[in-house]
Amino acid sequence: METTKVIVGLGSCGIAAGGNKVYNKIKEMKELENIDFILDKTSCVGMCFREPLVEIIDETGAYLYGDIDEKKAIEIIDQHVQKLTPVKEYIVHSDLYETRDDNFFKGQVKIALRDCGFINPENLDEYEARNGYVALKNIAEKGISQEDIIQNVLDSGLRGRGGGGFPTGLKWRFALNSEADEKYVICNADEGDPGAFMDRSLLEGDPHAVIEGMIIAAFAIGATGGVIYCRAEYPLAIDRLNIALEQARKAGYLGSDILGITGFNLDIYVKEGAGAFVCGEETALMASVEGKRGMPNKRPPFPAEAGLWGKPTNINNVETFANIPWIIVNGPDAYAAYGTEKSKGTKVFALTGKIKNGGLVEVPMGITIREVIFNLGGGIQDDKRFKAVQLGGPSGGCIPEHLIDTPIDYDSVNATGAIMGSGGMVVMDETTCMVDMARFFLDFTQKESCGKCTFCRIGTKRMLEILTRICNAEGEEGDIEKLEELAYHIKDASLCGLGQTAPNPVLTTIRYFRDEYEAHIRDKKCPAKSCKKLLTYEVIPEMCTGCTVCAKNCPVDTIRGARKELHFIEQDKCTHCGVCFSKCKFDAIRVY
Amino acid sequence: MRIQRIDNQPEIISEQQENPDLSGLKPLIEKYRNKKGNLIPLLQGTQEMLGYIPEEAFKMISEGTGINLSDMYGVATFYSQFRLHPVGKNIIKVCHGTACHVQNASVITDALEETLKVCDGETTEDGLFTLESVACLGCCSLAPVMMIGDETYGKLTSKSAVKVIREIRIQEKKEQAESSIKKD
Ligand SMILES: Cc1cc2nc3c(=O)[nH]c(=O)nc-3n(C[C@H](O)[C@H](O)[C@H](O)COP(=O)(O)O)c2cc1C
Ligand code: FES
Repeated sequence: METTKVIVGLGSCGIAAGGNKVYNKIKEMKELENIDFILDKTSCVGMCFREPLVEIIDETGAYLYGDIDEKKAIEIIDQHVQKLTPVKEYIVHSDLYETRDDNFFKGQVKIALRDCGFINPENLDEYEARNGYVALKNIAEKGISQEDIIQNVLDSGLRGRGGGGFPTGLKWRFALNSEADEKYVICNADEGDPGAFMDRSLLEGDPHAVIEGMIIAAFAIGATGGVIYCRAEYPLAIDRLNIALEQARKAGYLGSDILGITGFNLDIYVKEGAGAFVCGEETALMASVEGKRGMPNKRPPFPAEAGLWGKPTNINNVETFANIPWIIVNGPDAYAAYGTEKSKGTKVFALTGKIKNGGLVEVPMGITIREVIFNLGGGIQDDKRFKAVQLGGPSGGCIPEHLIDTPIDYDSVNATGAIMGSGGMVVMDETTCMVDMARFFLDFTQKESCGKCTFCRIGTKRMLEILTRICNAEGEEGDIEKLEELAYHIKDASLCGLGQTAPNPVLTTIRYFRDEYEAHIRDKKCPAKSCKKLLTYEVIPEMCTGCTVCAKNCPVDTIRGARKELHFIEQDKCTHCGVCFSKCKFDAIRVY
Repeated sequence: MRIQRIDNQPEIISEQQENPDLSGLKPLIEKYRNKKGNLIPLLQGTQEMLGYIPEEAFKMISEGTGINLSDMYGVATFYSQFRLHPVGKNIIKVCHGTACHVQNASVITDALEETLKVCDGETTEDGLFTLESVACLGCCSLAPVMMIGDETYGKLTSKSAVKVIREIRIQEKKEQAESSIKKD
């Protein structure tokens, strides 16, 4: 009889949801009661909405349990492991049962995420058991040439997953063709888009896949050094990367004459970012690795000609690298079989915001936004109405309801005014104010602008001031036109992608939600009831019991009325703070 | 830059600022002397040790490595990670990334400001907590999120956030009491 395996999901999201407590409880049970099973850990399978997750694999199959706390952990170990009766009501996914979460996996194709949630990321054997380092061994044993590798990557149609969408093979060819004594490969793990966590999950769940992709890239372009630039907010990813790098060195995947390829020497180290969004931009990133302020530089020269320390450098995103070993093992055609004519393969998306099934999904390119949000994502929280989805983070835009059948590929998404971006998908419902969203993003880019270009530094500040005014009930006629004018100048006169794309969230919301801007400016109303200064609070006479709670809590003492008598709010002093609304136990405050 | 720190520091903290213990810096400087791109790791190491980068540390690193003071200051003020002033024992990082913003992260900051009686970026009187907003902690599917030390707390409400703070405070008080008993 094979021993039963119990695997706890310990990615950052699992840990935040209480995964460690569950793990420790199960460990304690195993030791105290001397129960025979193997306890292991893995990272995130993408089902963040069901964390903490525990998988039990026994002779009959694999059972994934969701929403597990310490109490439920005791129950499933007791029932399933000891008495061999699975606890059906906690199972969220299994080949043996249908569950309400099955839709989350239907339609997903896992290439980049192939191992995430299936292996212990701190165990090299488990990676190797799933075709790990086979691509690299093939290259060494079959003598696949640099040019052949690059041709394979080109034929797969893989485009950069960091947001730009530049063909990866082409970039590698430029770097190969640059003659130099030293060359570098860099993995961009800065993941600055707030609201996206694809790269974190990949690094935490399958660090060797990214490292193997980098080693292959290094071989293909003739690189002598490698750097992974990872943001400091991801301590677990950094730990696991360092563990994986040490294992790779010991196993001879890094070092000198790697796998017997004479002259192929490479080491890779992790460089911790220091907190600046602009350092995700490739030239700024390299300045930061060199220990300078992370300010972007003019291109050309492109990194492929003169990058890190002035040497030819190839820089790719985490997800781009994770796809490479799969493409080498399975062939470019297998990858290109997924996707559309111009956007091949699969893409990982982080579903967040007002969505039921928030988590990580990998889908073939060309799938529609509707399918992702309503089939995989399960629709909108509390069954509210879908309003828009934000793609591409601070550089992207909001796609409204009437474009929800847009297929997800580079060109179709660009046509809406948003961008594919790195894969953040923030879903918004009727309670999200689009003017406030635009203000939020501008606030972000304005603070993160490095200050080099005048239009980006000052233009974003002026746009932010206008948007803040609009949200504070001080909007004026002509504000929308001013925003548009500033937006075009900032786009034209900025050096790097930060400034060139910073106005996108404003422009797309003006394009699709102009009526909301006008309601703010002309009627001084926020249709989503989100901008506090634009709300009016009123006591509903039929509901008010005269309990005085609102009057007692009002910070500016503007609510009148004696005990057991009808209260009313004096509007001229009201600061729209909403305290009365949240404190009233009788739903007697109306907001409009 | 993202985090704007406010200069009015409670007394407890300013005392600490006057005599930072710089003895750990020497080996750090030795380790990174003459290495390419050493400035950021040096600053990160210093901050790891002391919680912030005091003026004396700047001078010591500059003397030890030959890096210009102005270059160091330029880099230290460019990145939001670096602090030039001491902070509270526990740094509360409340996420205000897109996903958390959409899920009403401002309510969390409001509640914590009220409980701790500080504004965003400030440190409490007792030096136990510093409240900060950050851009994204990468746990967006559990929004709204905050991080204290290495611990991440997800799916917060204003109540649950305040509860976490209370528990830490009780724990800290206990530890203080125990250590003062030992001293006696
Ligand atoms: C402001 C700004 C921020 C960026 N942030 C990131 C990032 O966090 N991660 C990333 O992979 N690429 C980021 N990029 C894109 C990189 O400059 C670069 O195009 C990418 O790393 C190349 O890798 P790829 O071809 O594999 O996509 C950013 C670009 C800009 C302009
Ligand atoms: S937006 Fe808050 S954790 Fe990502």
